[in-house]
Amino acid sequence: MKTPFYDIHKSFGAKIVNFHGWEMPLQYSSGIIEEHMNTRTNVSLFDVSHMGRFEVKGPGAYDYLQTLVTNDISKLNDHQALYSPMCYDNGGIIDDLIIYMINREKFLVVVNASCVEKDLEWIVKHSNSVVVENISDKIALLALQGPLSQNVLEKTVAGTNLDQLKPFDLIITNIFGIECMISRTGYTGEDGFEIFFDSSKIDIWDKLIQLGSRFNIKPAGLGARDTLRLEAGLMLYGNDLNENITPLEVPLRWTVKLEKKEFIGKKALITQQVNRKLVGFEVLEKRIARHGNEVLLDGQKIGFVTSGSFSPTLKKSIGFCFVPIDSLPNQLIEIDIGGKLYEAKVSSSTRFYKRK
Amino acid sequence: MLMIEGIRLTKEHEWIIIKEGLAVMGISDFAQRQLGDIVSIELPKVGSIFRKMQAMAIIDSVKASSDIYCALSGEVIEVNEELLEHPEWINQSPYDLGWIVKLKPSNIEEEFNSLMTNEQYNEFIGEIENKKEEEG
Repeated sequence: MKTPFYDIHKSFGAKIVNFHGWEMPLQYSSGIIEEHMNTRTNVSLFDVSHMGRFEVKGPGAYDYLQTLVTNDISKLNDHQALYSPMCYDNGGIIDDLIIYMINREKFLVVVNASCVEKDLEWIVKHSNSVVVENISDKIALLALQGPLSQNVLEKTVAGTNLDQLKPFDLIITNIFGIECMISRTGYTGEDGFEIFFDSSKIDIWDKLIQLGSRFNIKPAGLGARDTLRLEAGLMLYGNDLNENITPLEVPLRWTVKLEKKEFIGKKALITQQVNRKLVGFEVLEKRIARHGNEVLLDGQKIGFVTSGSFSPTLKKSIGFCFVPIDSLPNQLIEIDIGGKLYEAKVSSSTRFYKRK
Repeated sequence: MLMIEGIRLTKEHEWIIIKEGLAVMGISDFAQRQLGDIVSIELPKVGSIFRKMQAMAIIDSVKASSDIYCALSGEVIEVNEELLEHPEWINQSPYDLGWIVKLKPSNIEEEFNSLMTNEQYNEFIGEIENKKEEEG
């Protein structure tokens, strides 16, 4: 599958890779590290149209979503968004989502590209009177990310004060004369916006690139998206989250509202004995740990790496791994990379980078 | 298009050039472009002895880890330790600053001719790229 921007990516010199069936830009000609640093210092444009987008509508939409996810949507006002896992009855994570509330009878749910089919099946199965529609093909999604992203966007949203758009707020407005929904959300650890619009209006890409040229805007691919989210301590479904992991074992405890009256997975999560936790680590030698590498302590296997990469900002080898629940920060562990053991240190959290 | 006098290459994209009886080795420009940004390298020890096409070094790029194979049998005489501080030189200058080891070959008469010449290698990577075009 290709997003509406595929030919544009090729024209920007993208190295294309297959990501869960989508032909996506891994990087452009400047490379992952430069795209990463440009997002940290200036502003980058990402095509994230491969992500699934569902519309959930009807008089019961609010109550329905409240039972579907672990986080509490009663905290939302109209035009606000919320991050939440969605779990099976046993507490295993089906997917992690962002729920955008247009109003109490109309929501947009953004899901991972790799999970679209199973999510849709699960959501429809429990939907009763609520109408669920997969609108992924109709809506394009671009992410404008970086400290200068507001400088770029405010040039095109005449009459809208972006200072009033707080993190996870959304507005429905026009840019370049085209109706779109803009939210102050992202997956990079920087300030930024995600822009939803009719998938035929692909000119928006070129217009944002032109408008952003004086702020050094550059396109960035999935490679930089991955290193950015890793530094920011953000989970990636399929790597750090899956059906055999519950939100209580990873740094998503804050998204599980056990005081909520009822939601799918609540019974299992209330009684779960949590024995392991996902932590950050830094490899103390010059190797990169990768998903699946074993973690050892005194020669005994104690866990595994879920994500690992080079941190372009810190210039270190970092990652996330599971360790026993009683492990402490600064504990030394070993990681088996290609049959050889390398020393690593447990970090105080999964967040390696926090913007100023 | 690669045009370096006397260079030979492997199907795993290592290059060698014989200089004063020693084989200088690195990875090709095609290989560094495939790997993307290189962030670290693990070098063999001086004095190590490798058989032809035995793994001798490991390169980590942001996206992947790759074994680097020894293009000829022999003993490691020198390694490019500057790469430990500047792994990006392999991206920036794969045939010069980015050299990886110097080897004293032990069986060069038999092994050298099985390696690819410039022309053969250019044809080889041309085929790889055509195949990717067809798939993509």
